[in-house]
Amino acid sequence: MTTTTAAASSRQQAVDQPNAKRQEAVAGLAFILPALLILVVFLIVPLFVAAYFSFTDWNGRTPLTSAAPFEYIGFQNYQRLLIDGRRVDDFYNAFKNTFYYAMGVIPTQTVLALFLAVIVNQRWLKGRGFFRTAFYFPSITSSIVVSMIFLFMFSNTGPVNGAFKAIFPNYQSVSWLTDNNGILHNLLAIFGVNSANVPFLTDTEIFRISLWEWLSGPSVAMFTIMILATWTTIGTLMVVYLAALQNIPGQVYEAAQVDGATAWQTFRRITLPLLRPTTFFVVTLGLIGTFQVFDQIYILQSAVTHRTTMSIAYLVYDQAFQTDPNMGRASAVALTLFILIFVATILQRRFVGGDRPADQ
Amino acid sequence: MATQTTAARSAALEAPSGNGETRFKWQRFFVFIGYGLLIFFAFLEIAPFVMTVASSFKCEPAISTYPAAFIPIPPLVECQNTSAEGVNSRLSADAQVNGATFSPTTNGYNRILGEGAELPRWALNTMIYSVVVTIMRLLFDSMAGYALARFRFPGNRVLFFIVLGTLMIPGVVLLIPRFLMLKEMGLLNTYWGYFLVLGADAFGILLMKQFFENIPKEIEEAASVDGSSRFTTFFRIVLPMATPALVALTIFSFQGQWNNFMDALIIVGTNTALYNLPMGLTILRGSGQDLQFDLILAGSVITTLPMAVIFFIFQRYFVEGVSYSGIKG
Repeated sequence: MTTTTAAASSRQQAVDQPNAKRQEAVAGLAFILPALLILVVFLIVPLFVAAYFSFTDWNGRTPLTSAAPFEYIGFQNYQRLLIDGRRVDDFYNAFKNTFYYAMGVIPTQTVLALFLAVIVNQRWLKGRGFFRTAFYFPSITSSIVVSMIFLFMFSNTGPVNGAFKAIFPNYQSVSWLTDNNGILHNLLAIFGVNSANVPFLTDTEIFRISLWEWLSGPSVAMFTIMILATWTTIGTLMVVYLAALQNIPGQVYEAAQVDGATAWQTFRRITLPLLRPTTFFVVTLGLIGTFQVFDQIYILQSAVTHRTTMSIAYLVYDQAFQTDPNMGRASAVALTLFILIFVATILQRRFVGGDRPADQ
Repeated sequence: MATQTTAARSAALEAPSGNGETRFKWQRFFVFIGYGLLIFFAFLEIAPFVMTVASSFKCEPAISTYPAAFIPIPPLVECQNTSAEGVNSRLSADAQVNGATFSPTTNGYNRILGEGAELPRWALNTMIYSVVVTIMRLLFDSMAGYALARFRFPGNRVLFFIVLGTLMIPGVVLLIPRFLMLKEMGLLNTYWGYFLVLGADAFGILLMKQFFENIPKEIEEAASVDGSSRFTTFFRIVLPMATPALVALTIFSFQGQWNNFMDALIIVGTNTALYNLPMGLTILRGSGQDLQFDLILAGSVITTLPMAVIFFIFQRYFVEGVSYSGIKG
């Protein structure tokens, strides 16, 4: 409707002043040009450059000016990376870690953020500003600083182990940052289940990773990084939820009260559906953030936990600049990650139910 | 009407089970639990910072042995003492800490700020990167946002979708090609490389576009009748009206660049003279298992302090900015 009117008026203008339209176009392009140049040269072109190199075997060291710095090898990088390479487990190990990381962090931070926002939004609450500031503060802190703080807090003799020891005298210190055991593996061990009991799981390998390894969950070291991510992000997401909650008109709740709805029914049937667009936004942010986890791993990984804290994003860096660099292979990892994030975003749109509020 | 609603509301508040007193008790219980939970989580979020700041004023052995001591009681102490015989002695953890209190030292700060230290340089770099990139974004993002919101030219819609689409590109994917391209352009390890790569961003453009679309057109039309050019109209009339959006953009951009690690790693990663504070912190961390927590914590505090001050002064805008972008999605 609006488009039609706009089109009509622009046609009208064009008839009235043939030059005005061209002038407007020139001015418009001039306004957008600086930003567009930056986006094209440093965002869009690089995407294609990455895609291009992912089909080559360039090692990154042979100068691009030399006679034949690389060969075009088609989908070989992808095939070796994802299907039958000698080190196909590199990718699937990173995938497994990233998957557990995302599946642990996203639901926890979303639910906690909503939970805290609902409490902070209560009418009886005093000191709302204080709580909002306290929760939000970690969000303004550099990811590197937060990682340094965790390095300190979770070190073997650090405050976290100290606090547990003070509360539970029998507590055995956990090496939060260097323990490679999966947390599900540890949990099962409490019930006497370990890899020796289930030879089937340890003997079967999928992509060179044993089923037991697939199922043993994120390592304790990775789990610590998951705590870090949740701890940092809750505040931002809480503020987002709080703003959405404050946007729900009071009459909606009054109507529910008149109908005799309990607090839980009101939350379940009214608040939650109305918050659906916000939840979609929060989960999307979570997906994009967790699938790209890099900074925290850069600081908190060590030679000991190199494998169990390896995320896909860090694998890109690792393959490009660290052990046995290969730009072609690293670019293939990067592109695969791009596609993964894309697919995950679409899947969650289905799962959360789109970005529009539900009807009821 | 209003009275009726209020009446219905108070009736609804008291009526349901017919037992007002039980309900009142339950409500007090919920209030109690609510405060308890909030205080617990607020403690979890804030305690690490308190411990970090406190421990940054301790000598190395006391940091790992007594992390929980958080009340500094002057006078200042030295961590290393050289006796008359020239023997170095290290202040023991027990000598520095007494229960929850400790005698502070500025040893860590002296080491990272003193002679020959690179941290002041990194702080200056961080300031330069953050300020220049923020100014560039304020200018370029608002201009581009204005073009998308107000100008009719062929390809306007396409450009909008291109800008929107770049939001989908994960930073990690750009890591390698940006490195290669900057290298080829001779911009690797230069200030210019940093400014150019980060001088405009899709998020800012869309934020500004959204804002401009909500400003009534009539004001600009009046200006154009007066005969002022589109550039004059934009800078004199439109931009001043966009202050709330510009404030949000300033905060996002400054905070983002102050804390930016991954881009700095790629763009200026091999020249320590061009490092920003997050990159510099990785040097203080070192690569081994033998961590020098006095340096790490002092460096973390210095990195965070300016952002913290800005946050406490402009708190309202931070929260509004997040809500603004959150709701608009």
